[in-house]
Amino acid sequence: MLLIRCPYCEMERPELEFRYGGEAHVARPPDPMATTDEEWAEYLYFRSNPRGVHAERWRHIHGCGRFFNCIRDTVSDRITLTYKAGEARPNLDKGGA
Amino acid sequence: MKFSALSVFLQGLKGNRDWPAQWRMPEPKASYDAIIVGAGGHGLATAYYMAKEHGMRNIAVLERGWLGGGNTGRNTTIVRSNYLWEESEGIYEHAMKLWEGLSHELNYNVMYSPRGVMMLAHNIHDVQVFKRHVHANRLAGIDNEWLTAKQAKEFCPLLNIERNIRHPVIGASLQRRGGTARHDAVAWGYARGADRLGVDIIQNCEVTGIRRDASGAVSGVETAKGFIATKRVGIVAAGNTSVIMAMAGVRMPLESYPLQALVSEPVKPMMSCVVMSNTVHAYMSQSDKGELVIGAGTDAYTSYSQTGGLHIATHTLDAICELFPAVRRLRMLRNWGGIVDVTPDRSPIIGKTPVPGLFVNCGWGTGGFKATPGSGHVFADLVARGEPNAIAAPFTIDRFRTGRLIDEAAAAAVAH
Repeated sequence: MLLIRCPYCEMERPELEFRYGGEAHVARPPDPMATTDEEWAEYLYFRSNPRGVHAERWRHIHGCGRFFNCIRDTVSDRITLTYKAGEARPNLDKGGA
Repeated sequence: MKFSALSVFLQGLKGNRDWPAQWRMPEPKASYDAIIVGAGGHGLATAYYMAKEHGMRNIAVLERGWLGGGNTGRNTTIVRSNYLWEESEGIYEHAMKLWEGLSHELNYNVMYSPRGVMMLAHNIHDVQVFKRHVHANRLAGIDNEWLTAKQAKEFCPLLNIERNIRHPVIGASLQRRGGTARHDAVAWGYARGADRLGVDIIQNCEVTGIRRDASGAVSGVETAKGFIATKRVGIVAAGNTSVIMAMAGVRMPLESYPLQALVSEPVKPMMSCVVMSNTVHAYMSQSDKGELVIGAGTDAYTSYSQTGGLHIATHTLDAICELFPAVRRLRMLRNWGGIVDVTPDRSPIIGKTPVPGLFVNCGWGTGGFKATPGSGHVFADLVARGEPNAIAAPFTIDRFRTGRLIDEAAAAAVAH
C-alpha cells in the first residue's frame, strides 16, 4: 500500500484514503466544436503509460476531498513528490526532488 | 520427438534421461521475414500459426526474459467464452474451439479441462446482467445457462448459499465448456511446435528500439543482441506494449496495472469447477497439484512493478472465506502480480498501426489467457497477410476514434 502525502492536508496518509485519478496534465480540448475525432480520441483514451516517472492525479476522498498531482516511479512505485492541482509539472531533471 | 504412449513408455524404461530439448536456443540471424516481440502464449501462438498456416518459416520471436515468464506464467488459467458482445463472442469462441483440439494439434498436453465456469450473482443487477449474457450467448450458439442458488450449490457443494452473508448468492450463470488449462504447457507447447517449424525463439533478447526507413516503414529492431532487419514486426508485449510502441513513436490507448493472484497450500480434491464473482471480486479453482488458485483484483494505479498492494489480496480472501467457509483455515502458499495492459473498453486491440509494417496485439487486460489460441491465430493471419480477417477486424485501434467501442467494461465489470 502506498503512503501518499496530501499537499493540502500536509500529511502522509495510507492509499486507502485516496482515489486514483489517472494521468495528470491531460487538458480537455478548449473548443469542443472545433475538436477533431483524433483530438477527442487522444484526450479521452490515449495515455503515455510510461515505464518510469509518471505524473498522475489523486483525490483525497476520505480527507479533504481535493484533487492533487503526484510524481511516482511506476517501476518502484516510489513517490517523489506531490503538488497542488493547477501547479505546473515540476522539472525533476534539475534535481527538484 | 513426438509424444506418444510408446515414446513415454520407452523413455520410462531408460529413466527419462534421453528426452531431447523441446526447442533450440538459437542466436539471431541478420534478418527475418517477420519478427514477433514477446514470447508469451499469444506471441508463441502467433509464430506457430504463421509458420503452420501461412508457410512463413523465416521468422523469430524475441523475448526480454524467458518464454512464458510474464503473464502467461502468472494468470489463473481460466478458459471461457461467455462474453456479451458479438465481436467478443467471435474471438473468444474462436479461441474456445481451438482449445478443444489444442493438445492434439500441438502433440503436447495443455491439460484443457472443461470443468465448468460458474459466475455468481449477488444482487438484482447481477441477475439481470447475467441473464442477458445467457440469452446473448445462446443466440450466438455459445453454451451458457442460468442456475438458481440451489442448483449452483449442487454444482459446487463447497459454495455457501446462506442468506446471512454480506453478499448472498442468489443465482449463477454456468458455462459448462469453460474450465482451465495448464498455463505453462500452453507456452511450452506452442514454443515446441513453432521451433519444429523453423521459428527462432530468442530469449534474453530485449528489444530496445524500432528502426524505420525514409518512408516511415519498419526496417528492423534494435535488440540486446544487435540490430535485426525485418519488414514486419508484431508486438505482443502485454503490459509493456506502450513502452515498445513508444519506440516507434506510436501512442496507445492503454494503461498498465498490476493484477494479483495467489495459491493455497495443496489439499486433496475439493473443488471440481471454477467459481467467479465479479461483485465481491474473487474467483477460485483447484489445480491438479491440489492448490486452490485464487484471482484477486488490480491495483488502483498504473504500475510496472509486477507486485501489488497486500490489501487487494486480503480483500479477495475476505470474499473467498465468506463464499467458501471450508477454506478459512487454509494457508496461502504464495502470491504474485503480473502487469496487464487495459484498454478503455476492456476489449483487446488487434490491428495495424500508423507505422507501415508494424502490427500490434494487446489490451487483453485481465483476461488474456483464455484467448491465447484464438488471439495467436487471428494475429498470425494479420501479420502474414497485412489485413485483419473478419474476427479481428472489429478490434482495430481506430475504434477509439470512430467510437465503435466493444464495451465489455460495462458488460463484464472487472473480473475476466
